[in-house]
Amino acid sequence: MFRLTHEPIDYFALTESVRQGNCGAVVTFLGTVRDLTGEQVTVALDYEAYAPMAEKKMAEIEADTRKRWPVGNISMIHRLGHLEVGDISVAVAVNCPHRAQAFEACRHAIDRLKELVPIWKKENWSDGRTEWVHPSGEHHK
Amino acid sequence: MTVQVSLFARARDLSGVATLAVELPEGGTVGELRTALLRKCPDLHDLLPRCAIAVNEEFAADSIRVPEFAALALIPPVSGGAC
Repeated sequence: MFRLTHEPIDYFALTESVRQGNCGAVVTFLGTVRDLTGEQVTVALDYEAYAPMAEKKMAEIEADTRKRWPVGNISMIHRLGHLEVGDISVAVAVNCPHRAQAFEACRHAIDRLKELVPIWKKENWSDGRTEWVHPSGEHHK
Repeated sequence: MTVQVSLFARARDLSGVATLAVELPEGGTVGELRTALLRKCPDLHDLLPRCAIAVNEEFAADSIRVPEFAALALIPPVSGGAC
């Protein structure tokens, strides 16, 4: 399961949605808005998405994660819009028979989400400037 | 043919619009689309080489032909997820 939302992420409900008797390990990852990037202080972040493609990519990541590990349930949510420091921007919850698998599957899903999904954040710095974050690195997927 | 390219994040800020209409010959490629975008909006000069192009919501190499009514988007380097 994967979706985009403009609402605060209910990570308890997300975790409960994957927890099931057929698997012994649940791992939930939360990505939160932090206040410091190097020397610069973040006041808020704005997230936007190319939604139809973001959902497509999240579906691919789910399928890819299921191919590599015995995943029972996996749920990914990314929040869009204006987020304050401390807010949860993304959550990934996975259940697997055993903990090593659950940690690895969850890690893989969030790592791939960061690489592939067309979502962008705009920093709102404490000095009043705003700046879209476009990391350098390899861009042809 | 006239194609519409959706712009996001810094690309939208630089061009001032959310969608850019550009002219491409029939059978034009993604590579030619990049050239057309740059001609239409020279302010994209620094960002464009770092962007991917999506054709019908799939990343497309420069050699891919652009179908006439495809959904097109300029995808700057992504920054979703956690830090």
